[in-house]
Amino acid sequence: MTALEASSAVNSNSSQTNGSQNLVGEMATWITTTDHKRIGRLFLRGGFVWLISVIGVGFALGIERIDSGSSFFPADSIVQLFSYFRTGLALGVLAPLFIGVSIAIVPLQIGARAISFARMSLFGFYLWMLGSVMVMVSIIDNGGPFGGNRRMVDAYLLGVGLVLIGLLAAAISVASTVISARSTGLVISEIPVFSWSALIGAVGLILTLPIQLGSVIYAAVDHHYGRLAFGGNYGIDKWIGGAIGQPQTFIFIIPVLGVLAEVIASHGPRRQLIRTGGFVGVGILSTVLFGVVTRTEHLFEWSGSLGDKITSAIPYALFNLLPILGVFIVLAVSLLALKTNPPRLNAPLVPALLGVGMVFTGMLGYAVQMIAPADLAGTVFEEGVFVYIGYGAVLVAIGAIAHWSNELRGRSLPSGVVIGFGIVGFMATVLASLPYYIVGFANQRANSVTNFEYDGPRALWNVLVTTGHALMAIVVLGFSIVILRPQPLSAKSTP
Amino acid sequence: MTATVISPPRSAAKHQVFVATATAGSAVFMLMLGMLSIWLRFRDAAPLRESSNGTKMIRDWLPVNIAIPEVATNTTLITLVMTCVIAQWAVYATRRSDSSHTYLALAIVAVLGIAAINAQIAVYVQMEMGIADGAYQTLFYAITGTMTALLASGVVFSLVALFRALAGRLSDRQVMSAHALYWYVLTAAFSAMWFIVYVQK
Repeated sequence: MTALEASSAVNSNSSQTNGSQNLVGEMATWITTTDHKRIGRLFLRGGFVWLISVIGVGFALGIERIDSGSSFFPADSIVQLFSYFRTGLALGVLAPLFIGVSIAIVPLQIGARAISFARMSLFGFYLWMLGSVMVMVSIIDNGGPFGGNRRMVDAYLLGVGLVLIGLLAAAISVASTVISARSTGLVISEIPVFSWSALIGAVGLILTLPIQLGSVIYAAVDHHYGRLAFGGNYGIDKWIGGAIGQPQTFIFIIPVLGVLAEVIASHGPRRQLIRTGGFVGVGILSTVLFGVVTRTEHLFEWSGSLGDKITSAIPYALFNLLPILGVFIVLAVSLLALKTNPPRLNAPLVPALLGVGMVFTGMLGYAVQMIAPADLAGTVFEEGVFVYIGYGAVLVAIGAIAHWSNELRGRSLPSGVVIGFGIVGFMATVLASLPYYIVGFANQRANSVTNFEYDGPRALWNVLVTTGHALMAIVVLGFSIVILRPQPLSAKSTP
Repeated sequence: MTATVISPPRSAAKHQVFVATATAGSAVFMLMLGMLSIWLRFRDAAPLRESSNGTKMIRDWLPVNIAIPEVATNTTLITLVMTCVIAQWAVYATRRSDSSHTYLALAIVAVLGIAAINAQIAVYVQMEMGIADGAYQTLFYAITGTMTALLASGVVFSLVALFRALAGRLSDRQVMSAHALYWYVLTAAFSAMWFIVYVQK
C-alpha cells in the first residue's frame, strides 16, 4: 500500500512536473510561434482585451453624460478617457482584429504553406502589444492628449509609434503572402474575396500608417524637447488624430467586405455575382486612401453661386461618397443573393450582415458630417459615427471568427449562441450610436460630459447610449467565454 | 494495396523577399513623403520677411543665423547615388556567380551607407543648433534623424546580405535585387528630402 502510495506520489509529482513542463512548453510555443493561425489568434485575443476595456470606458462616459450638471471623474481626466476610447477602438481593436483574421485565414485560402515572414508578423504583434500597453498605462497615468504628466505623454507617443510599426510589419507580411506565396496556377484575379480584401487592406495600411507615423515622430520629438511647433500635449490630438479617426478607420476595416462576401457566397448560389461585387466593392472602398494620404477633409459648402456649389460638391463626392459606394455594392449584391435564395439562418451570416450594415450607416454619417451647413463638427455626432463603424466592425469580426471557427479553433461554434450575440450586438450598436446621431443635431458637444443644454429628453438619449455600451459588453464577454471554453473531448480522443 | 497520398497544394512562393522589400520600401517612401508634407505645411505657414539682400520677400522659416552646409549635404546625395550603382553591381556580380565582386560590392555599399550617415552627423556638427531652439530646429532634427535611421537600416540590410553571401548563399539572387531596390528607395527618399530641406530650405 505504502509502495503504491509512494508510486502514486511519484506519479503525481511526475505528472505535475510534466504538467508544468507542458505549460512552459506550451507558453514557449506560443511566444516563439511561426504558425500563422497562432499569430492571428494572438492578434485577435489582444484586440478583444482592448475591446473590453474600451467598452468599459464608453459605458463610464455614458453614465457621466446622463446628468449634464455633475461629473463623477475629475474634469481634467475626461478628455483623456475620450482619447482612450478612440485610440483603443481604432488602434487597439479594429486594426488588430482584421490583421489577425487575415494572418490566420489568408494562407489557407491561397494555398500558401505559411504566412510570409512569419517571424516579422510575430514581431509585429509584440511591437503592437508593447505599444498598446504603453498607451494604456500612459493614459491611465495622466498621459495621452491633453495629459499633464510629461513623461507619460512621451510614453503615449512612443506607444502609438510602436503600435503603428507593429501593424505595419504585420501588414507587409499579409501583402507579401498574397502577392508572392499563392499556390501554383492561382492568379490574383481568382483568389477568394476575403484574400483580395486582406490584400487591399494591407496595402492601404502600408501606404497610410507611415504617414501617421511621420506625424507621431514629429509630435514626439517636439513634445520631448521644445514643445514649440506642435502645441505640446494640447496639439497631439490635432496632429496624430488622423491615425485614430475617420477616414483612417475605413482602411482598417476594408476586410469586412471580404468577410461578408465569403459568408454569403458559402451559403448559396450567385457566387459569381457576389465575387464580382466583392472585388469591385473592395476596390472602390480603397479610394478612401486618397483622403488619408493627402490629409484633406473635403467639406460640402452650400454657399455661393451654382458653380461654387459644384466646385465644392465634386471633391466632396469623390472623397466622401465614393468609398461608401463600395460598401453599398457589396451590401446590395449580398441582399440580392439572399433574396434569390433565402439561406438557412446560420451563425456567421447574422453578425456579418448586420455588422456591415452598421459600418455602412457609420460611413453615411461621416458623409453627412462633412456637409458644412449641418454644423456637426465637434458634436457627439462624430462619436456616433465612430461607434457605428467600430462596433459594426466588431460584429463582422465575430461573424468572421464564427465562419472560420473550424480553421481557427478546430471546432465550430454553437449557431444559436452566435446568432443571439449577433442580434444583441446589433441592438447594442444602434443604442450606443443612434442617439448621438440625433443629439448631434441638438449640438451636444463631443469630448464633454457636462454643460450641455438643449430641448428634449437629454437623460434618455444618454441612458440609451449607456445601455448600448452595456449590451455590447455582454456580447463581447459572452462571445469571449464561448470561444475560450475548453474543447470537449471527442469520441476519437477518448482513450 | 497502394496507399494514396493526397499532396497539399504546392505553394509557388517566389520573390518573397523582393516583394516584401518593395512593400517595405513603399512604407519608407510614404513615411518621408508624410514628413515632408508637414514640413512644407509649416514652411508655408511661416510669415514673410525680406531676404538678406533685400531683393525679394521670402518665408521666415530658416532662421537667419543658421546656414546649411551644402557641401556635406550634396556629398551625401552623391554618395547615395553611388550606393545605388554599387548595389546594382552586386546584383550583376551575383548573376555571373562572381563571388569576390559580390563581396566587394556589398562591403562598399555598407561603407558608403556609413559614410552617408557620417556626412549627416557632420551636417549636425557644422550647423551647431539645438533641437529645442525653435520650430525649424525641431522639425529639422526630426526629419533628418528619421532619414538617418532609415540609412542605418540600409546598412544593416547590406551587412546581412554580405554575411549571407559570405556564408555561400550566392545563388539567392532575389536578396541582392531586394537589397538594391531598398537602396534605390532610400536614395529617392533622401533626394526628396535633400531638395526640400537642404536646397529649397
